[in-house]
Amino acid sequence: MAKVKPQDIDCVAYTKGPGMGAPLVSTAVVARTVAQLWNKPLLGVNHCIGHIEMGRRVTGAVNPVVLYVSGGNTQVIAYQLKKYRIFGETIDIAVGNCLDRFARVLKISNDPSPGYNIEQMAKKGEKLIDLPYGVKGMDVSFSGILSYIEDAAQSLLDSKQATPEDLCFSLQETVFAMLVEITERAMAHCGSEEVLIVGGVGCNERLQEMMGIMAAERGAKVFATDERYCIDNGAMIAQAGWEMFRTGHVTPLVDSWCTQRFRTDEVEVTWRDDSGEPI
Amino acid sequence: MAAKMEDSTRGSGDSSVTSSNMTEIPTVAQIIERQAASGESSAAGGGTGPPGSLHHPGFALFKQGAEARLYRGTFLGRPTVLKERFSKKYRHPRLDEKLTTKRTQGEARTVARARKAGIPTPCIYFVNYQSNCIYMEDLRCATTSRDYIVAVQSVGAGDSFRALQPIMDKIGKTLATMHDGDIIHGDLTTSNIMLKQDASATEPEVVLIDFGLSSVSQLAEDKGVDLYVLEKAFLSTHPNTETLFRIILKSYTKHSRKSKDVIKKLDEVRLRGRKRTMVG
Repeated sequence: MAKVKPQDIDCVAYTKGPGMGAPLVSTAVVARTVAQLWNKPLLGVNHCIGHIEMGRRVTGAVNPVVLYVSGGNTQVIAYQLKKYRIFGETIDIAVGNCLDRFARVLKISNDPSPGYNIEQMAKKGEKLIDLPYGVKGMDVSFSGILSYIEDAAQSLLDSKQATPEDLCFSLQETVFAMLVEITERAMAHCGSEEVLIVGGVGCNERLQEMMGIMAAERGAKVFATDERYCIDNGAMIAQAGWEMFRTGHVTPLVDSWCTQRFRTDEVEVTWRDDSGEPI
Repeated sequence: MAAKMEDSTRGSGDSSVTSSNMTEIPTVAQIIERQAASGESSAAGGGTGPPGSLHHPGFALFKQGAEARLYRGTFLGRPTVLKERFSKKYRHPRLDEKLTTKRTQGEARTVARARKAGIPTPCIYFVNYQSNCIYMEDLRCATTSRDYIVAVQSVGAGDSFRALQPIMDKIGKTLATMHDGDIIHGDLTTSNIMLKQDASATEPEVVLIDFGLSSVSQLAEDKGVDLYVLEKAFLSTHPNTETLFRIILKSYTKHSRKSKDVIKKLDEVRLRGRKRTMVG
């Protein structure tokens, strides 16, 4: 327990979106209730902004290009003129979704998570199977890769052309190369020398390693966190909420709704100035 | 910045934009001149740099991009840009080789196809598939549309729209020609759309570069994604330019034979992402 009393709290931050409807609604109801009970201001926070602010807080990255990769999101984000602007993103499914659905094809366990198990199996893979490569400008596409590997997996395994480990290895190498490539494009585009990886897929050490090699080649620094902060957590909503609250944001009760669709670039970033420095 | 101040006091005598209240807005030719003088040109101009690189004698490195180095020199007596794709250590060696070869080949093929379709793009003189090097025409007197838009917008908000309109119109027309030739660029950004204006030319010409991610396709889907990629790059590089981008699309619609299906696909692709705001 944090041993915090209601009077120690300045405001109540909650996730306004994006996300799944039911959890968002339950949280909004609880947040509204305690805010009124304790007579504290409310703050609706964007989930993606939570990841970014938590990542910056934990790693000390100042003005990084952010790769946000999870089961529901794949975005390359950079701060520019009061907004976290999306430079590249998936045009179909998220990378985590692609990995999870592939895990189901191979009947890989969900314990502790399909992505973690793919990562462990990939370490034993040796053979690189040719997969489609879906980079379109600064955007990526994963649905074609998923369909291809869903179709091909069984016959590759039956004919002993590949082991399940090889398939995990090939999928990881391909999709991560795509992610690192669009991140590098965004860094070149913005002239940035920092890169921050957030979101559940960001725990993957192979992705972190590849990003590290790319960053080193261009004299940049990579910032990544482990599963404590990469995976969704409440503290990140508090962190982003605090940044918003200290620069004058408040969500009136009538506006304390939530939404499944809420773009990262819809939020006015009042806590950083035009050059990205904190206010 | 100092150069801009001088320009603004000089009047609109040599301006290709003929409106009396636009005296401060620079023309493409002025931007090219300015960049050549300061040696800051990102893609073309007179910058010479240190002579002789180790791997390419007689060529001098002038730009390092995310996946290629650009050198400037002379090849068979012509001013030449050498584009060398280098290996990316972060990816698996086999994947790396596959991508590098594919992109070098793809670029060479598409440039040939594009020129045949009448799209201005630097002429390729020679390709070395062993070292993944492309030797191509050095665009003299050119600037990126990115630099031009930024320069114009930094001067005046209201007038800049009218000054940029003819350029946007031309970009839309060039893209229409490209798609009608079934060429998908794959990486349209304002950095890859150049504006070229020789000393003798009265109007700037749109030149497309960097066909490394290009492909050939008749599908409206691929063309729609191509425009979507440009839209995203355009709006994120140049904030608050939605109306400007609309001119490109309008001109594209007017000039392309199959624009109806493509624009319909563009609308579809926009809604495809998982976290897009849905209205209605």
